[in-house]
Amino acid sequence: MAQRNPGDTGSAGEPPGLAALPGSWDELVARPLVQFESVSKRFGNFVAVERLSLDIREREFFALLGPSGCGKTTLLRMLAGFEQPSEGRILLDGVDISDVPPHRRPVNMMFQSYALFPHLTVEGNVAFGLRQDGMPKPEIAARVREMLALVKLDGFGARRPHQLSGGQRQRVALARALAKRPRVLLLDEPMSALDRKLREDTRFELMELQDKLGLTFVIVTHDQEEAMTVADRIGVMNAGRLAQVATPSDIYEHPNSRWVADFIGDVNLFEGRVVSSGLGHTVIESEAGGRLLVTHPTDASAGTAVTVAVRPEKVRIDTSASRVSDENCFAGRVVEVGYLGGVSIYKVALDNGLRMKATVANRTRPVERPAGAGDRVWLSFPPEAGVVLLR
Amino acid sequence: MRSRSGIGGMSRFNVTSVALGLAFLYLPIAILVIYSFNASRLVTVWGGWSTRWYVALLHDQAMLEAAWTSLRIAALSATAASVLGTLAAVALVRAGRFRGRTMFSGMVYAPLVMPEVITGLSLLLLFVALDAARGFWTVTIAHTTVTLSFVTVVVQSRLLSFDRSLEEAAMDLGCPPLKTFLTVTLPLIFPAVAAGWMLAFTLSFDDLVIATFSTGPGATTLPMRIYSEVRLGVKPEINAICTIMIAMVAVGVVAASLLAKRGELAKARAA
Repeated sequence: MAQRNPGDTGSAGEPPGLAALPGSWDELVARPLVQFESVSKRFGNFVAVERLSLDIREREFFALLGPSGCGKTTLLRMLAGFEQPSEGRILLDGVDISDVPPHRRPVNMMFQSYALFPHLTVEGNVAFGLRQDGMPKPEIAARVREMLALVKLDGFGARRPHQLSGGQRQRVALARALAKRPRVLLLDEPMSALDRKLREDTRFELMELQDKLGLTFVIVTHDQEEAMTVADRIGVMNAGRLAQVATPSDIYEHPNSRWVADFIGDVNLFEGRVVSSGLGHTVIESEAGGRLLVTHPTDASAGTAVTVAVRPEKVRIDTSASRVSDENCFAGRVVEVGYLGGVSIYKVALDNGLRMKATVANRTRPVERPAGAGDRVWLSFPPEAGVVLLR
Repeated sequence: MRSRSGIGGMSRFNVTSVALGLAFLYLPIAILVIYSFNASRLVTVWGGWSTRWYVALLHDQAMLEAAWTSLRIAALSATAASVLGTLAAVALVRAGRFRGRTMFSGMVYAPLVMPEVITGLSLLLLFVALDAARGFWTVTIAHTTVTLSFVTVVVQSRLLSFDRSLEEAAMDLGCPPLKTFLTVTLPLIFPAVAAGWMLAFTLSFDDLVIATFSTGPGATTLPMRIYSEVRLGVKPEINAICTIMIAMVAVGVVAASLLAKRGELAKARAA
C-alpha cells in the first residue's frame, strides 16, 4: 500500500492565484480548498445529504466512500454544480460557489460513463473545454498533445470514441477532464467499468498523475480497496452523513464506530460491557461469555455497553490450548475454510455460540493448513489488536 | 422477421398469410403503377407499354403548378414542424415534472389520433376567425400543426435514450447551456430530427383533407388537383403522377427509417 503523508499537502508550491486573495499567508495555507458548510440536499422527501460539513485540502487526494445511495455522488455533483444544495454553502478557495453554474466553475469531472462525445474525435473531446475558453488554436493543439501523452494515448487523436477499448476511453475522459487544469478534479466511480487487473494499474497511474500535476482530486467510489489505495484521506459516508474522515490506515485500524468497522474490511465484533478501564487497558466481559483485554484507551465507565472490533488477520489460530492465556481466547470448531489464494479464511463456531473469522497468510507451497473443517481450534488475539467502539 | 432462413423456415400457413397480406396492401398500387405505363388512353384497357403519359404530364401546366405548390408547402411545413416538434420533445423529456406535464404530453399526441376532418374544420374556423387570407400560408401552417406531433414522437424517443451526462460533461467543461444544446445535443439527435422532417414532408405532401379545408383560391396542392381531375374521370396522366408521388413518398419513408437506424447505430456504438 503506497501511503503518502497527508501532512505535507498544501505547503509545497504556491497554487496560482492565491496572491490575489486577501488574508495573511498562514491563513491561506490553513484554509482548505473546498469547504462544505453544513450542506443538505433533499430530493422531495428523500434526504440525500444531511447537514454535512467537510474540508478538502489543497493537493489532497480525497475519497468519498460509502454504500450505494449514501449520498456520495450527490455530494460530488453539488461540487460540480449539477445539483444545488438545499441548505448550506460550498466554498472553493474561500468563495461561495453555491450559485455558480457548472460551466463557470473551475472544477472538472470525470464521469462514470466517461460521457465522451461520440461525434467528436479523441482530440476534439480533449480540446472541447479549451475551445470554450477561447484558447488560441496552436496552444490548444499543444495542450491536447501534452494531455494525450500524459495518459499514454499519443497517436490516438484522430480516432472516434467507439474505436477505443474501455481502458482507452477512460484515459480520454481523464485527459479531457485534466486539460483545463481544474482547481479540483472530480472522479465519479472512474474505474467501475474496468476489469480488475486494469483497475489496479489505473489506481497507481492516477496517484502518479496527481503527484505530477499537483492537483486536488476528489474521487467517489464504493470500492474500499480503491479508496484505501489512492486516497490521502477517506470520508466514509452513510445515509447522507459522514461517518468518519481519516487517513486510510486510521479508518481501518481506528474506526470510530461499529458501522465503520463493519463497513470497512472484514471484522469480528464482540458485544460486551466494560468491567474495568485503566491507563492503557480495558477489560470487557463479552455478552456471549469470555473476557476481553484490549489496550485501546476508552473513557467508558464500568458497565457501559461497548463493541470490541478485531480484524481477522490479527487473530491467531492454534490447535492446542496450551499456549493461550485466559483473556482474548476462544475455543471453537472450524466450520469452513475459504481459500482466496494469498490468504485462507477460517470460519470458526465458538463454544460460546459466536462465529469468528481468522485469516492466515498462505506462505508455503503447497498450502499447509493448521486445521480443516470440523477440527477443534483456539482463537486468540493480542490486547493491541482490539478496538473498543461505543457506538 | 424472426426467421432468417427465409421461406424455407416458414410454414405453409405463414407463407400464404404473408402473401395475402402483401397482396392486399400492394396490389392496388401495383395496378396503378403498371397502368401508368399503359399506352392506351382508356384506363382499363391494356394497350402495351409506353411512357407517353409521363411526357404528357410535363405539358400539363396546372398539374405541374400544383406539384410545385405541394413541394414548397411540404418543405416549409416540415421544417417548421421539425423545429417546433424538437423543442416540444426537449421540453417533454427535459423539463422533468412540471405542473400539467401529463396534459401537455397528451395534448402533443392528440393530433395523431384526431380525425383529419375535425382538425381541418377547426383550423378553417380559426383562420376564418382570424380573418386570415386563405391560401399557401394557411395550408403551410395547418400542415405544420398536424405534422408537429409526429416529429415530437420521433425526437422524443431518441431523447429518452440520450445519455444526459454528455450534456453535463459539456457544461462541466465550460459550455453554456444553449451552446451545449447546439453543439452536443443537436448533432447527436440529428438523425431523429431528420427522420421527423422526412415523415412530416411526406405527410404534408400527400394530405388532401386538411389542405382542402385550409386552402383558398390560388393555392391548389397536388392531391387536391388529382382529386378534382378524378371526379371528371380517371385520366392516364393521373396514374403517372400518382406513380411519381408513390416513388417520392417511398424514398422519403425509407430515408427516414434509414436515418433513424443510423441514429440507433451511433447510439449503440457510443454506449
